[in-house]
Amino acid sequence: MYYLSAIKANSHLNVFLEVYEAEALQRAQEIDRKIAGGTQGRLAGMVVGLKDVISHQDHGLQAGSRILEGFRAQFNATAVERLLAEDAIVIGRQNCDEFGMGSSNENSAFGPVRNGADPSRVPGGSSGGSAVAVQTGMCLASLGSDTGGSVRQPAAFCGLVGLKPTYSRVSRWGLIAYASSFDTIGIIARSVPDAALLLEVIAGKDDYDSTVSQSPVPAYSRQLRLDEKPRIAYIPETIQSAGLSEEIRQTILRNISSLKEDGHRVDAVVFPLLDFILPAYYILTTAEASSNLARYDGVRYGYRSTPAGSLESMYKSTRSYAFGEEVKRRIMLGTFVLSADYYDAYYTKAQKVRRLIKEKTDNIFAQYDFLILPTAPTTAFRLGEHTEDPLKMYLADIYSVQANVAGIPAISIPAGKDQNGLPIGLQIMANRFEEARLLAFAHYLMQHQ
Amino acid sequence: MNADKETLRRIAHLARLDFDEKEEGKMLDSLNKILTWVEKLNEIDTSQVEPLTHMTDEVNVLRDDEVKEPLPHDRGLLNAPDKDQDYFRVPKVLE
Repeated sequence: MYYLSAIKANSHLNVFLEVYEAEALQRAQEIDRKIAGGTQGRLAGMVVGLKDVISHQDHGLQAGSRILEGFRAQFNATAVERLLAEDAIVIGRQNCDEFGMGSSNENSAFGPVRNGADPSRVPGGSSGGSAVAVQTGMCLASLGSDTGGSVRQPAAFCGLVGLKPTYSRVSRWGLIAYASSFDTIGIIARSVPDAALLLEVIAGKDDYDSTVSQSPVPAYSRQLRLDEKPRIAYIPETIQSAGLSEEIRQTILRNISSLKEDGHRVDAVVFPLLDFILPAYYILTTAEASSNLARYDGVRYGYRSTPAGSLESMYKSTRSYAFGEEVKRRIMLGTFVLSADYYDAYYTKAQKVRRLIKEKTDNIFAQYDFLILPTAPTTAFRLGEHTEDPLKMYLADIYSVQANVAGIPAISIPAGKDQNGLPIGLQIMANRFEEARLLAFAHYLMQHQ
Repeated sequence: MNADKETLRRIAHLARLDFDEKEEGKMLDSLNKILTWVEKLNEIDTSQVEPLTHMTDEVNVLRDDEVKEPLPHDRGLLNAPDKDQDYFRVPKVLE
């Protein structure tokens, strides 16, 4: 199989934690027989990879962490169940930042993933392995997760399509939780039609997830024609920002002027809260993470350290050894902002700011169909470039977190390369549950660039 | 905000984490930098704003109370670091 040879040829990129070769080949044969009999599903033969945070029954699952050493998934995530029911082939599980916490895929217990465009550079994160797998032809598409940009930023760094659906559009049963009021399963693919078809299959209500939306799922893959001229907005500060690379700035400006030339309405809009999105995001996500990651205590699954002494020293020793530094930092920060003395000053304050961000974002979509902005402030940076300063790494998500804070869908599409040959991503956001139009517009832009 | 070592140790205990002397200094330094950075939120007046606590529009999603096959016992214990026939095992809690 073509994909298996690409996996072998690119093993130095450290993408797959496990490859299910025999199983994939056997499944391919079964699906071939179904195709011959005309009984195949909608994804017949589509080879997909899973980020190491998505549960796949009887296969390994570790969230890129030592703390889940040896863990075998006891059930399928709903998204995986639906892929398999439509005859997709799962080829393996993919390296990622530990528990989705990172923007460069350098925070993995299994070592960093390298970018296929330049192995001295990072693939982005946290779904870095999932992006490089598609970039280098190891699979046709990947399921990742996006809490603050973890699908879109690596897609941008690797020249791919990265789709973060509306919060609650896709069931999270079987997704390892990071920050539950932000987490979404997302899709990394080569083309918008592939992403649309996958979303159509995995989205929708689910008895196992009471937070998932009950609203019907449109046939996204058959609604990819842009039927009317959309109204498009951009926030000038996102393009003028000193932290934005000049080549990305020019790319976004070029796209805006060509949309105008084609007769679209494109307006600058005011959004006064740009500098507050990341701080609010980090307070809320670390708070939720500290709570979600409390379950990793060495009792029921995964790694256990066995010091002499009490149950409490077992907990502490297990967690201190097996969590990586960034995960511990976020647990500490989250525990701090949730502690009695600081709860109101940090946590409640951030929830209030979140409401303002959501309302101001909603105001934009009351008048416009789409918001255009960069996906990330730079193209892929070098390994080690931001590892010393966590704050610098956090800024890599400056343009992507708004969608998670407001719960809206967003997509990153490839928009050319910089002078080093590194892919540039262009991001489009839309109103809640407007994935059909978002995908149609993204498809249009990719064809008209 | 400038958290001190005592605060760090208290928070670490709540989070069931241990840091040695060297890690303590580094963690404290990065936490204080991040806390100072997030305090930017104080520039916004939120006195008239309610906290946003729910992100979905779904309210009380109910289902029929039917008995279904739960995770079987052996699968539940599959990943246990230490177990007997029926239970997870942990270090002694009562002397």
